[in-house]
Amino acid sequence: MTREPDIKKLQDIARTIRARIVETSHKTNTPHLGSCLSCVDILIAAYFHVLRIDPAQARDPDRDRFILSKGHGAAALFQVLALRGFYPESMLETYGQDGGLFAEHPPAPAYLPGIEAATGSLGHGLPMGLGMALSARIQGRRYNVLALLSDGECNEGSVWEAAMMAAAQKVERLAVIIDFNKWQATGRSEEVLALSPLVDKWRAFGWNACETDGHDISGLVRLMERVPDGSGRPVAVIAHTVKGKGVSFMEDDNNWHYRIPTADEVVAAKKELGVAA
Amino acid sequence: MRNAFADEITKLGAADPRVVLLSGDIGNKLFDKFKERARGRFYNCGVAEANMMGVAAGMALCGLRPVIYTITPFTTTRCFEQIRVDVCYHKAPVIIVGTGSGLSYADLGPTHHSCEDMAILRTLPGMTVLAPGDSFELRAALRAALKHDGPVYMRIGKKGEPNIHAREPELRIGKAITIQPGKDVCLVSTGVMLSVVMEAARLLGEQGLSVRVESFPTVKPLDTATLSELFRQYQAVAVAEEHGRIGGLGGAVAEWLATQDVPRARFLSFGTDDVFMHEVGSTQYARNKFGLTAENIAGQVKVRLGGRRAA
Repeated sequence: MTREPDIKKLQDIARTIRARIVETSHKTNTPHLGSCLSCVDILIAAYFHVLRIDPAQARDPDRDRFILSKGHGAAALFQVLALRGFYPESMLETYGQDGGLFAEHPPAPAYLPGIEAATGSLGHGLPMGLGMALSARIQGRRYNVLALLSDGECNEGSVWEAAMMAAAQKVERLAVIIDFNKWQATGRSEEVLALSPLVDKWRAFGWNACETDGHDISGLVRLMERVPDGSGRPVAVIAHTVKGKGVSFMEDDNNWHYRIPTADEVVAAKKELGVAA
Repeated sequence: MRNAFADEITKLGAADPRVVLLSGDIGNKLFDKFKERARGRFYNCGVAEANMMGVAAGMALCGLRPVIYTITPFTTTRCFEQIRVDVCYHKAPVIIVGTGSGLSYADLGPTHHSCEDMAILRTLPGMTVLAPGDSFELRAALRAALKHDGPVYMRIGKKGEPNIHAREPELRIGKAITIQPGKDVCLVSTGVMLSVVMEAARLLGEQGLSVRVESFPTVKPLDTATLSELFRQYQAVAVAEEHGRIGGLGGAVAEWLATQDVPRARFLSFGTDDVFMHEVGSTQYARNKFGLTAENIAGQVKVRLGGRRAA
């Protein structure tokens, strides 16, 4: 794609999405707020600029695929898919309700348009995405597959199994984006299972790895649009992010992995984000 | 059986461009013909079964029909969660083949035995569980699996299992196959026990009993229509399998039976004990150890018939 992204517009969308996530968390007691806020800019860059998708033809076999492998970011993805037009925004009013579709993790694709894989158990999205990318090769199609992983998710051995196979098969239409917010559920990701040097790890596994500010939408767009980059290698974008990004009192505070904001905190958050109450 | 599998999957792969074969770094040379006739559709996924299962699910979601092939424990217990989430929850039409199932690899030690695979896979919503009895059943089962629009697990033997059928039987998923008719007792076999069960039937026949033999190439969904008939009609029904007595075909029959009106037939279940077989031994040694022999099956059936006079 060559068209220039309207960064200002994308940033506005990101602020709106962040406000809705915080509000939904409060209303529905949905946790993982910090994890959702850290990946918003990545989702916006992908869904509102990079991905070749058409909500009117959500199952077009030639569409790009995006897999939220860090399924606990579902509250962010659900907002993004609604705003992108995969389903009416009014559907989100059923969030968290008994018998509804919006659980804490994405359901199987058959149940909700725009979803490519049911995730939530970590380490599943990249192997499935690899299968989808290999399918493109077998079927002679030209779509890309992007999988968004968390840094904590890189604990899972299956991530590295997939990384090795993707490199062996030279699957260049596959990219991972790591939402590298330096935290996992109960501690610093570096301390739980020595993660660094993360970029070098992906590079050593045969990927074209690069680093970027995970909140710089124009940088994210530029890197994601390089897929495939002609090197015959899959692409890893290590996106440095801040858990809880956008709300000062949530930023880099891992209590917000599980904490639910109060009504007053929602008001304060929206004020910071510049989104009307 | 594995040669029959390789031959049949080659035919299917050549005819259907959706068929993709994924191997967990086994079957050296076994799939050379497949690679030739289904170019670009064979992937050695390495010793990385969790990834292989996810890859297969991803392919199935894109309209392909992946078939996974590796040694049974590694394609079942090793990556059970990937089967549960990636394959079954997505209703992905992946065919999972476990080779050397049951006690086929007795001499390789407990890491390679698989006497719990059917038990665990049977619990997954939407999963079909197949255990063909010989090479003819295997070919028919593989074709039926490919026509089936959902996940299928198929456990097979290794090589050299005797053929019981003279030609390919009509095989429908969820339906038993009558091998021989009989009036007094019924022996039910699933998987590679079929030849042992046939011999047990012959021994009982020598003692004046008329023995029906049923092969159950499908363990899930359970053919309850046939079971109803068997339990009404016979003095004894005996199930035999190279699988633990917990959760296999015998277990499935017991679960079903417990919800039925009191049946006429006595029920016997032959399978492996609730132990790891740590000592070295051939498949025959292992079968002897667990009573999975024609002599033991025939003898136990006789004992259970007790005072009941043979017809």
